[in-house]
Amino acid sequence: MTVWRLVAKEIGYRRLNFALGAFAVLVAVGGVVAVRTVLSGYDVRAEGIGEDLKARTQDIGASLKDDARRLMLELGYNVLILHKDQGLGEFYAQGRASKLMPDTYAEKLVASKTLMVRHLLPSLQERVVWPEQDEPIILIGTRGEVPQTHLNPKKPMIAAVPKGTMVLGSVLAQKANLEVGKQVKLLGKTFTIGKIHEPRGNEDDATAWIDLAEAQELLGKPGRINAILALGCLCVTEVPGGVSEQITSVLKDTQVVELKREAAIRRATRTAAGNRADQFVGLEKAGRESLGAERDALEKWVILPVVLGCVVWVGLLALGNVRRRRTEIGILRAMGVRAGRIVSIFLVRALLVGLIGAVVGYAVGFAVAVAWDAREAGGEALGAKAVGAAALFAPLVLLAALVLAPLLSALASLVPAMMAAQQDPATVLREE
Amino acid sequence: MLHLENVTKVYRGPAKEVRALEDCSLDAGDGEFVAVQGPSGCGKTTLLLVAGGLLRPGGGRVTLDGSDPYALSPEDRARWRCECVGFVFQQFHLVPYLTVLDNVLVPSLAKGSAGAGERARHLIDHFGLTDRTDHVPAELSTGERQRVALARALLNRPKVILADEPTGNLDGASAERVLGYLGEFAAAGGAVLLVTHDPRAAGYAHRTVRMVGGRLTRDQEAPEAAAVEGT
Repeated sequence: MTVWRLVAKEIGYRRLNFALGAFAVLVAVGGVVAVRTVLSGYDVRAEGIGEDLKARTQDIGASLKDDARRLMLELGYNVLILHKDQGLGEFYAQGRASKLMPDTYAEKLVASKTLMVRHLLPSLQERVVWPEQDEPIILIGTRGEVPQTHLNPKKPMIAAVPKGTMVLGSVLAQKANLEVGKQVKLLGKTFTIGKIHEPRGNEDDATAWIDLAEAQELLGKPGRINAILALGCLCVTEVPGGVSEQITSVLKDTQVVELKREAAIRRATRTAAGNRADQFVGLEKAGRESLGAERDALEKWVILPVVLGCVVWVGLLALGNVRRRRTEIGILRAMGVRAGRIVSIFLVRALLVGLIGAVVGYAVGFAVAVAWDAREAGGEALGAKAVGAAALFAPLVLLAALVLAPLLSALASLVPAMMAAQQDPATVLREE
Repeated sequence: MLHLENVTKVYRGPAKEVRALEDCSLDAGDGEFVAVQGPSGCGKTTLLLVAGGLLRPGGGRVTLDGSDPYALSPEDRARWRCECVGFVFQQFHLVPYLTVLDNVLVPSLAKGSAGAGERARHLIDHFGLTDRTDHVPAELSTGERQRVALARALLNRPKVILADEPTGNLDGASAERVLGYLGEFAAAGGAVLLVTHDPRAAGYAHRTVRMVGGRLTRDQEAPEAAAVEGT
């Protein structure tokens, strides 16, 4: 006869007592496992939603930065490259440079492959009177951005004006009663109106943009430009002074006017746009973490009473079992079965109560959690996907259930087991 | 030899004390079947529990082959009971969920299982319970239950059998059979101490000691003893 055999036979005989104990463990383990697994499923889903949201926010942030980049262009250029003999007083007074440079300078800068400037816009700008309209205008010949193949390609901020096409400021278009698609003459050459800008409230409203080569031809300055507009690198390591040195080392007969205020605003705005996106992601993450902490606290307050209730219940059942077996224990003690062996009889029984309750409880709790998870699937909303049984399965939870439930069950039965072992057989036998 | 010398035992209750044993001296030698006969409440069961190492006497001494169980630690005394003493009770006290075989094997929980199975089957066969081996107590007659209890008491080959009214719940034939087995044990060299209020049961003993009010009053040879030995 072994303790295991005795326990197995007793369990078979007092099935209800054993089943009630195992059921209590089942409810506790099942409840804890179901709650934990469902919540871990929520965590996984929330993580997915967070990642999704982060990606979307980053897209929005990038878009914001791009918008800011474009919008900041209206504030002015980071760097203006002029001929070195251009008097800045005259330039500021006239608003245009009178000294000319070869229009190959932009290509020369690009060919140096050392330039940290992203956007290069060579132009020829003159204040002229539009003879056909009898209107003073600013005529800008532009060819758009000079491509810089050694740098990561960026979307051009200013598109070239196609040959034979004119882009007009709003005031000019209104005065001359011009519309998109109409043809108009400028200095004897016919242009089609390609685009009319919305009012900008600055000199752009009195500006006409045409192709650079055509402007050079009309103004009698072939192959010449009077300014290169250079927009600095968008990265935060951009150093305007460094850009200036780079440019003048390549183009010896130029000077560089750094438009620092505008550059700073551009940088600050871009950074702010990026930061806002990052802050949003951070806030969302912090919010989730805060909710997670609240949930953990709540979970503890729910789980603790369930586990304690189970421990008390198992303990009471063990006590009932001890009382019912009072005579049996007395006989065993009278036959010389030692106290430790009596304790082991009840502890082995309690371990089995805990183990069977844990196995069945885990299976039931996990099945409930998987079913709950599947219930969440099928929606179109953000993160409305089932996590799946494989992702929900946590070996540590299973291990904890299989170890802790029997241990707690044994702990709950320890006092009744000790009471059984300390029972005086003489008292029992006399009373019987 | 089981030897009780000037044993006393007093139960102290909240209201009063009961002197269950008063200066009791008794010997049961190897191969001797001794009956203690007396009315209910005279202290017979207390005497048996004291003799069996289950109830420490208030005074006097108990020895078995010179060894005092009350000089041992509780754990060693448990081992002593397991190896030296077999108990048989009026209520049988079989474990209700165990089969006859398992009930007989219960003492092996204390001593170990080596050879216990074979010994148990031998005892079951000897007591005519072979066809009841796999039955639980509820499926047995009272006589069969007491024979199972007797087989259980003998599993660890004790030196002494302490029997408390073993025939109290049995019909005449069953009682005779059980008493016959006790006599057989004594004949094989063991000591039997039987407490009973039944003169017929006491008649199977070699010697009968009367007990009244916690005192052993008379020690007499039983004329039937020779007949019992012969069974």
